[in-house]
Amino acid sequence: MNKRQNMLDKYSARVYKNRKEHLIELEKAESADTISANTRAIPGVMTARGCCYAGCKGVVVGPLKDVCVITHGPIGCGFYSWGTRRNKAKLDNNSDGKNFIPYCFSTDMQESDIVFGGEKKLEKAIDEAMEIFKPTTIMICSTCPIGLIGDDVQAVARRAEEKYGIRAIGYSCEGYKGVSQSAGHHIANNGLMRYIIGTGDKEPETKFSVNILGEYNIGGDGWEEARILKRCGIEVVSIFTGDGSVEALSNSHLAQLNLVMCHRSINYIAEMMKTKYGIDWMKVNFIGVGATCQSLRDIAEYFNDPELKKRVDDVITDELNTISEDIAYYKSKLTGKTAGIFSGGSRSHHYQVLLEDFGVHTVIAGYEFAHRDDYEGREVIPSIKEDADNKNIEQLTVEPDETLFRESNYEGKVTIDDYEGMFHEMSKGDIVVDDYNHFETDELIKAFKPDMFFSGIKDKYSIQKAGFTSRQIHSYDYSGPYAGFNGAVNFGRDATMTLYANAWSLVTPPWKNEPMLIGKVG
Amino acid sequence: MLDLTPKTVAERSALRINPCKTCQPVGAMYAALGVHRCMPHSHGSQGCCSYHRTVLSRHFKEPAIASSSSFTEGASVFGGCSNVNTAVKNIFDIYGPDIIAIHTTCLSETIGDDLNSYIMDMQIPEGKRVIHCNTPSYVGSHITGFTNMVNGFLNYYVDPNNKSASDKIAILPGWVNPGDNREMKLIAEQMGLEFIMFPDHSGVMDAPMTGSYQMYPDGGTTQAELKSLGGVKHLIAFGHIISTPTAELMQKKWKVPFNLLPLPVGVTFTDKYLMALQKLSKREVPHALEEQRGQLVDLMLDSHAYTSGKKVAIFGDPDIVLGLTSLVLEAGMVPKYVISGTPKDDFTVLVNKLLDEYHITGSTVKANADLFDLHQWIKNEPVDLLLGSTYGKQIAKAEDIPFVRAGFPVLDRYGGPLLPTVGYVGGIRMIEKITDAIMTRMERDYSDEDFEIVM
Repeated sequence: MNKRQNMLDKYSARVYKNRKEHLIELEKAESADTISANTRAIPGVMTARGCCYAGCKGVVVGPLKDVCVITHGPIGCGFYSWGTRRNKAKLDNNSDGKNFIPYCFSTDMQESDIVFGGEKKLEKAIDEAMEIFKPTTIMICSTCPIGLIGDDVQAVARRAEEKYGIRAIGYSCEGYKGVSQSAGHHIANNGLMRYIIGTGDKEPETKFSVNILGEYNIGGDGWEEARILKRCGIEVVSIFTGDGSVEALSNSHLAQLNLVMCHRSINYIAEMMKTKYGIDWMKVNFIGVGATCQSLRDIAEYFNDPELKKRVDDVITDELNTISEDIAYYKSKLTGKTAGIFSGGSRSHHYQVLLEDFGVHTVIAGYEFAHRDDYEGREVIPSIKEDADNKNIEQLTVEPDETLFRESNYEGKVTIDDYEGMFHEMSKGDIVVDDYNHFETDELIKAFKPDMFFSGIKDKYSIQKAGFTSRQIHSYDYSGPYAGFNGAVNFGRDATMTLYANAWSLVTPPWKNEPMLIGKVG
Repeated sequence: MLDLTPKTVAERSALRINPCKTCQPVGAMYAALGVHRCMPHSHGSQGCCSYHRTVLSRHFKEPAIASSSSFTEGASVFGGCSNVNTAVKNIFDIYGPDIIAIHTTCLSETIGDDLNSYIMDMQIPEGKRVIHCNTPSYVGSHITGFTNMVNGFLNYYVDPNNKSASDKIAILPGWVNPGDNREMKLIAEQMGLEFIMFPDHSGVMDAPMTGSYQMYPDGGTTQAELKSLGGVKHLIAFGHIISTPTAELMQKKWKVPFNLLPLPVGVTFTDKYLMALQKLSKREVPHALEEQRGQLVDLMLDSHAYTSGKKVAIFGDPDIVLGLTSLVLEAGMVPKYVISGTPKDDFTVLVNKLLDEYHITGSTVKANADLFDLHQWIKNEPVDLLLGSTYGKQIAKAEDIPFVRAGFPVLDRYGGPLLPTVGYVGGIRMIEKITDAIMTRMERDYSDEDFEIVM
């Protein structure tokens, strides 16, 4: 009996039946591996998942620095999503001289607001925000009670727009919607598409212009990516949404190519921009030395410009020269080790590639809120069955824009508008877990004993207490950037540091290894 | 940092900016973690549970276990009964706690889920318990949620006929760190008293590194202790805001006499604790404790030149803020701004009384305040030191003010939860931190010719 089966057997029949579809051992046989995903978490299993609000406010719209994001609800949700995700931002010409990232805004609803409705308080809160901060954009993110008591945040947003001549967007991203953060990503994507993208008219300044979609600038990842792209002569028009601004996003439709980092959280916008403006999108991965080189070469190949190709090659050569000694050192410390990665919906794929750069094979990989296409590739999308939970999330339909749509004639070598999924990266016998939970994390670690595990804060300390190198791959344990060339060095340094921390050797007290009584025989 | 915060204070009644509180459920979750072999359970959307576990893990640098009813849109319409039933079955099957402690959320409260009747109809395995409390997020703060869960446990557990603890006292520590639990217990032991502490996070949220993960660490108040709490001879309840409802409940239901004491931070408040214990034990205060007290007073006198007259802003949860206010007053500092986000006016009454005792005038004391208020006041009249939770670091950076972390949450420092803030020992620790922060700042700002070797 294999380890996977052993673990699943500990579940009751009902849980077993559900979880066996979500926890698979890759066969890599002729018929493709398949997994169940984006379905309800089972109550009580200690899922790592968060909620729709977390996906909308916490992930996608929260990082927009020139927006006053007001959480409409009791205080908790706003408080927890205040400065806790490391989506770094700094002022630039695009952000109206305002950076709202250090702030938390909430309507802090009280019992009477729940009983009599909270729209008045929300309107008052907007008045107060306008008086104090004069933001040019306000976004309202709804928490659970809002939908239940029937507050119309979209109507409040419209009224704020009329009253103040600003942009205001209401998001109905109540926590209970969908089955995870994923629903919130989708709702946020719809709002950005409907109200922001395409409203600007500032043309890119250079020949090769891109947006980076699904890059939240955790630990400064987006800045490292932008640095490299700039060196290559590629203009970054906007980043969705790390260090992002409404102003930059409003011009994003004028870029020539969309680069997609986090497929899960942003693929809706990539697809909608393709339909509406004809912009091709390309799945890239700037996590990993090899992956970064490949992504850069793919971009150059897409633009098919000899000068750009040459420049990309030169930059790659130069960057590799700078980091090669460090990478080689950390590789010597890490090679031959094994890893497990549990992340949200993209990093478990991306980081496998980086780990391979250091000779580390990932034997367990899991996602909190991915869909089947993130595992199996987009070709399975037509076969994904809709259920009651995801039917409730609006599917925004866009049409080609009459004036701005540009037919894409790309017929070159690189793959566009597609993502082949995480399985593609993995080997026979590797374990993949969808919507992993505490029990499975515990059991998998015991069974597979990976040398290092990358997960979130909720698991970090239980894994560490069990004696395993445990690092946060959501927040990078407050380090970073991990993207690009410099990021790869940071990652190698951090993984090595934790794996070889001196304190590991102190865990067992010396007296545990000595006999307690010393006596003579005879 | 915080560049958009203007100096001019505008009246606000609807927009909360940079809160100094969070919601009830996290308090309930934390309280339940202080019970041995208990799984806290959040009856609401998954996000609540995830957020609460996250903030607790970030503060304690420890696992914070809890499960969720994982509400979907359907459950929000039809009620969460089947979700919680499924959850309870799965939790006992998979995680095997002895107790599941359910708290509600704004979602389940708004739709009116009746946990009382759900639990009554639930199939609970032999020897296991499921308890609950109501924690509507739109009332009070995380402090309220802590109290509600403590009362929830008592209501479910206390057996009025159980007299097994009639020789013991009960200690309600309130929301403190495990290092504080340990110090409070140590003092009670030194005073020769047997006691039950509830809840008790020592041995849970400060578990040692052993190389094997224990989902239910050795610490926490036991079920046997919980059952016997109605029969204790006396109750010492710390924290007027957090513990008054519990002390009153225990008096009303089980006739337990109580002392309601301020959280024992600083000399005077720790003295009150010792005096209360002494009345019960009828013993002399042992030399070791008197010595510690003397050391703390000695330290305050030794270092008073660096603390005297220094203006300080204190912010955080009401009871710890009151304790810290007392401590800094003893050290000769001036609490210029004293705020809590928890909407309890008793807080302002207590702090003002304390300020009066020291003849301090011109201070601003406010409950239901936020850090945006505090920052604006500081812009108008600055202080020499900030004392409070992690989020104060933004103001500290913006206004270039020395900052000492205390209270909850402290998300950006290590080791704090292991060490006490309470007791004479905690006082020594805090005075060391405060003087260190003030003196380090003086040194930074000194010119070379004024830079002293001996201070």
